[in-house]
Amino acid sequence: MTSTQQNIDKELIGILEQVSDPEIPVLSIMDMGVVRSAVIINDVVKVEITPTYSGCPAMDVIGDDIKKALKDAGYESDIDLILHPAWTTDWITPRGRKALEDYGIAAPLDAEADKDVLLNGKRMVKCTNCGSQNTRLVSQFGSTACKAQFQCDDCQEPFDYFKCLK
Amino acid sequence: MKDNLYNYLLGIADNSLILGQRMGELCGHGPSLETDIACTNISLDLFGQVRSYFQYAAKIAGDGRTEDDIAMLRKEREYKNVLLVEQPNTNFAYTIGRQFLFDVYHLAFLSELQKSKDLTLSAIANKCIKEVSYHERFSSDWVKRLGDGTEESKGKMQEAINDLWTYTDELFHQTKVDKAMVIEGIGVDVTKLKESYYRQVSELLEEATLQIPESKYFQKGGKEGIHTEHLGYILAELQYMQRAYPNMEW
Repeated sequence: MTSTQQNIDKELIGILEQVSDPEIPVLSIMDMGVVRSAVIINDVVKVEITPTYSGCPAMDVIGDDIKKALKDAGYESDIDLILHPAWTTDWITPRGRKALEDYGIAAPLDAEADKDVLLNGKRMVKCTNCGSQNTRLVSQFGSTACKAQFQCDDCQEPFDYFKCLK
Repeated sequence: MKDNLYNYLLGIADNSLILGQRMGELCGHGPSLETDIACTNISLDLFGQVRSYFQYAAKIAGDGRTEDDIAMLRKEREYKNVLLVEQPNTNFAYTIGRQFLFDVYHLAFLSELQKSKDLTLSAIANKCIKEVSYHERFSSDWVKRLGDGTEESKGKMQEAINDLWTYTDELFHQTKVDKAMVIEGIGVDVTKLKESYYRQVSELLEEATLQIPESKYFQKGGKEGIHTEHLGYILAELQYMQRAYPNMEW
């Protein structure tokens, strides 16, 4: 499916990778998959970003941060928010997943497993502190729209789980 | 056509706006930390959806009005939300009951809206449906937990469902604008959602060991701008900042 692919000019990749999600500073917006296209047209960079969740308050900040990063690199830019195709956690890169885990946020499981842990109380989410799968759902909603709250029953660490969104 | 689409968008968006405001009232007042966070997260999702609709509506209006003007600067009669979503947070059972009765409808509605000939609307629906299906899981879960819980929680849940039932039929009432949009292939024919709605809701209520209300007396009017007394109070709070400090921004 070409519609789910990104279209980003090579020379812009390095600049965009420096912009991070304000709520998860270890994760670049590129690894998160929210930048869908960035192309230079008549010396102006046209950037398309897509929100993770409709109400994600980080999107306005991300837009401003991209503008600033591009400006610092000598580019003027136009930022557009697009809704289609809708963002999915599948677009988080392997590097992004690793960054999430290192930061203490469990990366999303696949859709089936996600259902099992969020609805049926299965213990499959790996604790970001000790790696045990003896973890349980504390709250379906967490500190931001994209996360749920978990706790490890081995090391007792509470942690966030990034919900699967498909 | 332009006016119809604009008004159609308001009808959809106002449901989310007013329900989002109601859920937001629980910020810091939820019965537990988890439910508090849940209600406000749901509120945030709904407000996000509202922004997509109003941004589109502002573009269609094309007269300089912004999404904020549309959200904040209309009068009571100009809000087209259904009566159900403006009902108060009498207690947690009412909050959950209202959410559940709306979520089941909302999910079916968005699923049809994804097929809209209007590509912006179908994209918004496609985005929102993922969030709303999570809301529906949350609210059905709680209806079951309270219904099949203690004698007290069951009593309260039943009372809430009985009281809110009277506002459910309006969800399937078609306005002139709705009909025009259905003919254009843009809008959803809500009359077709009714049967499966009541079937789904009834199944869940049974699972929650609750009685399905038998009342056949239904209230309507919100879609035409005729509201219950609650909406005025909601707007007073919602619009306060913009009315007191016109054009203020964050």
